[in-house]
Amino acid sequence: MSAGKNYIDIFSGNRDLIDKGSAGAMNALRDKALDCLVRNGLPHKGLEEYLHTDVEEWFEPDWGMNLSRIDMHVDQAQAFKCNVPNLSTQLYFLANDEFAASDTAQKAQLPDGVYVGSLRQAARINPGIVEPYYGKLADMDRPGIAAFNTMFAQDGMLVYIPDGVVMEKTLQLVTLLQSPVDLLTNRRILIVLGRNSQLKFLLCDHTLTTNNFLSTQVVEIFAGQGSNLEFYDLEETHNANRRVSELYISQEADSHIEADYVTLHNGQTRNTVFSTFAGRGAFLSLNGIAITDREQHVDNMTFVDHRVSDCTSTELFKYVLDEQSTGAFAGKVLVRHGAQHTESQQTNRNICLTRQARMFTQPQLEIYADDVKCSHGATVGQLDENAMFYMRQRGIPEAEARMMLMQAFVGEVIGHVSLEPLRDRLNRLVEKRLRGELSKCEGCRACR
Amino acid sequence: MMLKIEDLHAGIEGKEILKGINLEVNAGEVHAIMGPNGSGKSTMSNVLVGHPKYGVTQGKITFKGQDLLAMTAEERSHQGMFMSFQYPVEIPGVSMTNFMRTAINEKRKALGQQPLSPTDFLKLIKEKRDLVKLDAKFMNRSVNEGFSGGEKKRNEIFQMAMLEPSLSILDETDSGLDIDALRIVADGVNRLKSPETSVIVITHYQRLLDYIKPDIVHVLYQGRIIKTAGPELALELEERGYDWVIKEFEDSQK
Repeated sequence: MSAGKNYIDIFSGNRDLIDKGSAGAMNALRDKALDCLVRNGLPHKGLEEYLHTDVEEWFEPDWGMNLSRIDMHVDQAQAFKCNVPNLSTQLYFLANDEFAASDTAQKAQLPDGVYVGSLRQAARINPGIVEPYYGKLADMDRPGIAAFNTMFAQDGMLVYIPDGVVMEKTLQLVTLLQSPVDLLTNRRILIVLGRNSQLKFLLCDHTLTTNNFLSTQVVEIFAGQGSNLEFYDLEETHNANRRVSELYISQEADSHIEADYVTLHNGQTRNTVFSTFAGRGAFLSLNGIAITDREQHVDNMTFVDHRVSDCTSTELFKYVLDEQSTGAFAGKVLVRHGAQHTESQQTNRNICLTRQARMFTQPQLEIYADDVKCSHGATVGQLDENAMFYMRQRGIPEAEARMMLMQAFVGEVIGHVSLEPLRDRLNRLVEKRLRGELSKCEGCRACR
Repeated sequence: MMLKIEDLHAGIEGKEILKGINLEVNAGEVHAIMGPNGSGKSTMSNVLVGHPKYGVTQGKITFKGQDLLAMTAEERSHQGMFMSFQYPVEIPGVSMTNFMRTAINEKRKALGQQPLSPTDFLKLIKEKRDLVKLDAKFMNRSVNEGFSGGEKKRNEIFQMAMLEPSLSILDETDSGLDIDALRIVADGVNRLKSPETSVIVITHYQRLLDYIKPDIVHVLYQGRIIKTAGPELALELEERGYDWVIKEFEDSQK
């Protein structure tokens, strides 16, 4: 509780400053958020859902936050690293937790009624597309980070797509963490999809300087009837980064969502996904990859709520853990009374490359309907020795054979990505990562 | 000399299975190693290709003038040793093309050659596929995944053709093959034969030897070669079984 208390004091002492650096709908929820944090504290290891990740501990250092919205220099040119060859994206930034659009994105002509931009700005000038949605999915009154994030978040991104609009270009949001001192950032993303609208959204999370970072990220997605969303969240940060993110999804009838988490390089990460089917005939494909080494830690928790009948969810999470790194996956699927004809499949497969690497996996299936097809499976193992030897007999050196097997292992998840250029890019990034090339980011202290 | 095995003792998990093997294979020769189940045939092939689970406790193996036991499995492959697996392994997610390209180019790298150009590589694939009548669709599939038993064995010989080994070990290649597949596989092996290359056929049955004619036949029993003779020995074994050879051997030991 102590860490949480400290932030409650900071919040109370700086309330005016926080409000001043933000706007309307965002400020309106802060009191309620404070109540929730006072009641629940920060998520800690004593809670079942946080058994393997002590998020509260991450908050213990006396983190600085940029509550007065000082203009911090962030080198947007660094985002070139996120370029996806052959994929033309509309590029936006979160410089620490302050929104910015690239020059081309600023000039871009968006379809009528579409808003893509700063969440704070939208709350100020167009509250009608923020208030009905902001904070409506994020559940602040449960163990998690939503309350904390709602208290402190001052900006972020809003993507509002009206009925029937198809966004051709992929929207890419690059989070760049750059600061001369250790920094705690709080970012908020809101995606509202009208009926039969379509969107592809790629989120890239990066650290540019070597100091310690802690980020909270809350994403809320409203998927209207018949809408289609591809959502990719790619983390490529350094070892001194801590990230706790929550994704809330609500899907109306016949909507279709593909959401993929890729933790390519990180420090300590906790991602939580809460997804609810609110209308029949909806489909969710939720997947993840984590590649870890050294002391890295990745914890993904998913909760898929089949509240209505005739919906389908599939989950595939794969981890490759090297050295002393640890991973955790907990996936809960709830099929409620009356949610007949639910189809749900959850798979978590993991490879521990060393005896020191640890994986904790916990599939959970709760079913209260009788006409459903649900399955889950989890495995923790090593690389297939027979395959290794077969490859070596054909002249493929051991290290290369290992690499190919690992790449094939996570490749199954990348196969879900429907944007072909992004799929190619991810395959290349994974290969570089497995070859140890990504972790050498210009000799930075944090990755050594 | 292609291969010279001297007083080889080897086993798995501390259990000695080969108890003093002596064998010489010259370039251009086809040797058959036959024997009842449990005689050590698979151990012998695995030791030759350097399977890490098998340990050599005594003896010496010289392959093309080099100390074979000092080489890793991949180095043996680069130097021209190939084994057709009794149970080819499925590798989900690794396409045949990627697998073959990596294998070929790693060998070329080890021999100080430039990687094969994509065009030459595709040409080579086409040529070698025809040899064992392996359909082009298999090249985009994962290695051995979803292949039938016969397709897996043909795939082994296809890989052999691609890698152009100097010594090929066919470990129970006939097991699980119908007569047509057997013929295709044997035909592939025969067409790859040359005065510079050798083949060791390890088999329980004579059947395969109808198609791949051995020059020399050995009988392996309890980790030792107890009889060596010409191709007529295989026929005799087919007719009379192994008991008479074993008895002959046991009598000679008295």
